[in-house]
Amino acid sequence: MKPTDIGVADYFHKVVDCQWACPAHTPVPEYIRLIAQGRYSDAYMINWTSNVFPGILGRTCDRPCEPACRRGRVEENQGEKPEPVAICRLKRVAADYKGDIRSRLPKPATKKNGKRIACIGGGPASLTVARDLAPLGYSVTVFDADAKAGGMIRTQIPKFRLPESVIDEEVGYILDLDVDFRPNHRVESLRELLGHGYDAVFVGSGAPRGRDLDLPGRQESARNVHVGIEWLASVSFGHITKVGRRVIVLGGGNTAMDCCRSARRLGGEDVKVIVRSGYEEMKASAWEKEDAVHEGIPIMNYLVPKSFVHEQGRLTGMAFEKVKAVYDEKGRRSLVPTGEPEQHFECDEVLVAVGQENAFPWIERDLGVEFDKSGMPVLDPATLQSTLPHLFFGGDAALGPKNIIWAVAHGHDAAISIDRFCQGEDVAARPPPLMNLVSQKMGIHEWIYDNQIVPDARNRVPLKELTIALKDIRQEVELGFDPELAWKEAQRCLNCDAQTVFVPRLCIECDACVDICPMDCITFTADGEEAEVRARLNAPARNLSQDLYIGAGLKTGRIMAKDEDVCLHCGLCAERCPTGAWDMQKSFIQMTHAGPGCREHAAPRKAA
Amino acid sequence: MTYLAKPKLHHPDLPANALGFTRRDYEGTISTLCAGCGHDSISAAIIQACWELAIQPHRVAKLSGIGCSSKTPTYFLDKSHGFNSVHGRMPSVLTGANLANRDLIYLGVSGDGDSASIGVGQFAHVMRRGVNMTYIVENNGVYGLTKGQFSATADRGSKSKRGAVNTDEGIDLACLALQLGATYVARSFSGDKEQLVPLIKGALTHPGAAFIDVISPCVAFNNHDGSTRSYDYVRHHNEAVNRLDVITVHKEITTEYAPGEVQEVRQHDGSLLRLRKLAHDYDSSSRISAMSYVQSRYAHGEIVTGLLYVEPDATDLHESLGTTSVPLNQLGEKELCPGEAALARFNASLR
Repeated sequence: MKPTDIGVADYFHKVVDCQWACPAHTPVPEYIRLIAQGRYSDAYMINWTSNVFPGILGRTCDRPCEPACRRGRVEENQGEKPEPVAICRLKRVAADYKGDIRSRLPKPATKKNGKRIACIGGGPASLTVARDLAPLGYSVTVFDADAKAGGMIRTQIPKFRLPESVIDEEVGYILDLDVDFRPNHRVESLRELLGHGYDAVFVGSGAPRGRDLDLPGRQESARNVHVGIEWLASVSFGHITKVGRRVIVLGGGNTAMDCCRSARRLGGEDVKVIVRSGYEEMKASAWEKEDAVHEGIPIMNYLVPKSFVHEQGRLTGMAFEKVKAVYDEKGRRSLVPTGEPEQHFECDEVLVAVGQENAFPWIERDLGVEFDKSGMPVLDPATLQSTLPHLFFGGDAALGPKNIIWAVAHGHDAAISIDRFCQGEDVAARPPPLMNLVSQKMGIHEWIYDNQIVPDARNRVPLKELTIALKDIRQEVELGFDPELAWKEAQRCLNCDAQTVFVPRLCIECDACVDICPMDCITFTADGEEAEVRARLNAPARNLSQDLYIGAGLKTGRIMAKDEDVCLHCGLCAERCPTGAWDMQKSFIQMTHAGPGCREHAAPRKAA
Repeated sequence: MTYLAKPKLHHPDLPANALGFTRRDYEGTISTLCAGCGHDSISAAIIQACWELAIQPHRVAKLSGIGCSSKTPTYFLDKSHGFNSVHGRMPSVLTGANLANRDLIYLGVSGDGDSASIGVGQFAHVMRRGVNMTYIVENNGVYGLTKGQFSATADRGSKSKRGAVNTDEGIDLACLALQLGATYVARSFSGDKEQLVPLIKGALTHPGAAFIDVISPCVAFNNHDGSTRSYDYVRHHNEAVNRLDVITVHKEITTEYAPGEVQEVRQHDGSLLRLRKLAHDYDSSSRISAMSYVQSRYAHGEIVTGLLYVEPDATDLHESLGTTSVPLNQLGEKELCPGEAALARFNASLR
């Protein structure tokens, strides 16, 4: 096999599963260590640099990092239930307990560079573009239809999950960078906007249209049937403060979960979620489903809505057809009626949360912006550049509805594109990330990082008592970890960025590392083809998504093969190595954002 | 020395043996020996062998003397009986324990200082008595605890780390054991677990005195150029005469070998020792040819490893003494004090 080239940043980046899985590639273990040390402000800044909204994401993120977390894999088959580190809620700890960090944020540019950028929509994608570009001297104008910036963060996420003060704070950090925010300004025509001669335009207008259900009785019962995201926005703005006693929520995504939990707080006593699919296949995150169930909301599955039942212009209930999941030989699922009689559920109100759509009625089709068959703009997925060279897209408006953290990642990517575009450089060339490898050895048996592996199970986030939480829709239901609990949870992190670096020429093949490795990750064996080598390791490496670290050039002609899959990064291999052939080195990987670092012709740096 | 406890987490797919134990259940506390010590590899091999044989940990007694090697029983089988005895006196303690309870599996762990210097007399007698045991010498050729003086097994002409040349003849413990009547004699290398683990398994199932001389480089004091116990030297001069497969009673024999390539030895407990020959003229059933082969290769600077000799119909001390099959420590008062009539009969038999 080919020896591993650890000079390629992606190799070690992939070992840090959480960071690799994060769309914005936040250096997770780095900030978790800082939290454990009580350095909340430092932890916050690591986050702020990467994901812009630590306090918001620490409450609402879709957490692509957690299913990827190595902790979940190493706990398999031992203990009760393997669970990842509570990465998301630790992020919130950094935001909750930080000091005043304003002096550490970038300052508004003192000298403008003369380039003017327009961002359409004031949500997370546009705000990220603004944050990345404004301090560089760009004049950024953000247009939003609402009175305050934040987009879906402000309109669609219920306040019991995300207090308004957190949004104000983190959105404020960006607007304070001398960003020109134009509230209550819906862009009705792209042609008109382009006419103002902006150097680049970014579209971060989200997926603003909630799908409706055109079933019999929909028109007649219109007064009591609402589209989920519109209803959530009205609740958020205080236009809606009450809901009927019996509420049915249709749909199985996170919006449905927000709808049902909001309804519970607005007077809904009998609130239920009804989905077409099975409980397991629901789109909502596992924890959001758990939260809904915890609040006494039953989730009923395999029921396809058939009609809205009404009497004298008033909704009285809904009829459903019972289905079952049938899989064909290719494993594709179809929902087949069971033939049972239609089921009827009585209700006073229905919230329809069955998906969102993009809509670009304000983009004239003769501007040179191409759209595909499904009505989405044709984009280069890496640069987010449209067919109109100075028009860029990001967030839900770019590649369909996703989530906040993807919007942030898009914002960073688009900012790089815009920066390079405005500086006359090739947009397609992307900057490599910064990688730094530093030995963690402090003494013969001392390491800079805490390499004890704790056996603890995942710590639960304390919740406000249900009777109090359900009374007030603005009452935040999660209390968050306190510093003590945060420290405990931080100890569960395996420090996957403390990399095992192997230097074959120092190795005497004494087997000390093989003998000590608690996870049987290391094997010295004859060379071969990867598939065959994987099968004959001390512990066969069956997880193909994880790389083998190969060291060659040993005296006996064998290779060192380390399966990265379940390595605990405990450092015992390095500790028991007599010659220092193994070392624990921290890989700090940070994505390059817009600015001189992402350009080829960077201005010479001034000495510090 | 490592201060950190080895994490309890293990590989999610770690297999369990017939008793439901994983290999990790046969471990001890973390080693306090120097990093890279060959002894730690031998501990790992013992753990692997006991796990593969599905030995009940509480049926093992591990005994040792003094020295780096004799510290190692702490690092494996922490659910077993252990006795860290006086320097060079492990064989006596082991013999006594074995006489008192013949049902346990006895594992003596010693080093070249413990067995070839201060304890060479004890070593000789435990072998000639044929005590049923596995006796492992972790042989590094130096006194590691006192900073690297030559031990009695160091080869004449080899150099110490400081450059001094050894002028004394080295003791070959395997040859000594062969000459003194051990019924299972092997030599191996700590850096070759593929060879070592089956040899330990064979020794554990052998019903007589089994001896394994394991060359184990001392990384701190005997792993330099001029040493004949270094990782490099042993790898270059290692001449394996055979490879052993231990087939326990319950395991089906599946692999086929050409005639003449394999020698099979059936032991008392029904287990089968299967020797794949690497040196075609080597016969491990002859004590005399084993001795002469080992010595002639030694004269050429080679270290012969593998199962050097095995006596299929081995007997042990209990058989020689005609002791009762019930362990002595389990005999009750009735058996031990059979009464006046029995005493009278016994006395009469001597008249």
